[in-house]
Amino acid sequence: MVKVKYGISIMLMLMILLGGTMSPAASLPAVGGALPDLSPGFSLPKPKDGVVIIEIFSMYCPYCQKEAPNVNKLYDKIQASPNLKSKMRLVGIGVGNSSYEVDIFRKKYNVPFPLYADGDFKIHKKLGEPRTPYFIGVKINPNGSHSIFYSKLGEFGDVDAFLAEMVRLSGTK
Amino acid sequence: MKKRASLKFLISCCAVIMTLTLAMSAWAISDAYKDNIYNPGKLKPIDSKLKVKVGQKAPDFTLPAVAGGKVALSQYLGKKNIVLSFVPAAWTPVCSDQWPGYNIVRDMFEANDAVLLGITVDNIPTLFSWTNQMGKLWFPVLSDFYLHGKVAQQYGILRTDGVTERAIFVIDKKGIIRYIDVHDINERPSLEGIITALENLKQ
Repeated sequence: MVKVKYGISIMLMLMILLGGTMSPAASLPAVGGALPDLSPGFSLPKPKDGVVIIEIFSMYCPYCQKEAPNVNKLYDKIQASPNLKSKMRLVGIGVGNSSYEVDIFRKKYNVPFPLYADGDFKIHKKLGEPRTPYFIGVKINPNGSHSIFYSKLGEFGDVDAFLAEMVRLSGTK
Repeated sequence: MKKRASLKFLISCCAVIMTLTLAMSAWAISDAYKDNIYNPGKLKPIDSKLKVKVGQKAPDFTLPAVAGGKVALSQYLGKKNIVLSFVPAAWTPVCSDQWPGYNIVRDMFEANDAVLLGITVDNIPTLFSWTNQMGKLWFPVLSDFYLHGKVAQQYGILRTDGVTERAIFVIDKKGIIRYIDVHDINERPSLEGIITALENLKQ
């Protein structure tokens, strides 16, 4: 009887523990994991051995505005490398931004890489509602599968150091 | 003795489990505190009764500016179109922040011969700190703090909890209201709506 009683107590406590730590609908992208399905707003480039660096940004985010020239530099460095140019791609997703607003950001900062609009925050929610700017590094494998090798909030600092880190973490040769 | 041992074991298990639960909650709380942004949750979309309408003369006002001095609506009459951007409060969820976006489209406002006035019911020191982290703003930021929300009340956009609606008013050079958007407080009004409203003033 005592064993049954304390068994029930343990179960109740565990249920409380689980209930109390129930996570929100989606978590931030995890290194080693995969991106959730972000369609129809966004889909990873077609299966091809390479890396996609995704910037989650907003036209309304002053930190993204300040970081824009730096991200452009990253793009330029990739393009300037004959090796990396064919293996690394950069895209941006404007969370809560309409196409009009994304366009304004593109023109204001002369953004040379593709930008997508997530006007209704659907993609933002699926990604666990990251603050901005948020960078996700995704490695796409020849068989079409992919895995996340980088997932962090905030400006990435020195462009050369960040690019070197992207190359290293993704195993790009 | 056996009963006492079982009870002690049970109490120990409960203590461990409760400690774990609290620890995990503490991690979640510390993350929120780290960001220092208060999240009021989802609010009633609109909680006021508009007192003005399109075609009517915009109520004049004079309010203190964060940059110093005072700004009167009437100082722009005959000179500029005016966009009033009321936002609920400083330091509230960044997903609906508008002004840093307006900060990079000064050229669009100027192309439409318009000025932008940002207004909240916060006091000047609060507005100073909040707007400082947006970068240098090109437009005046005005405080409708004292008497609390007096201008917001004149326009009929003071909510029952003392903050303003997320509202846009476009006023022409004659001082006539030509566009009103009292927006769902939980969402950001699109920039396109404001620019279109300004462009329509030319017609």
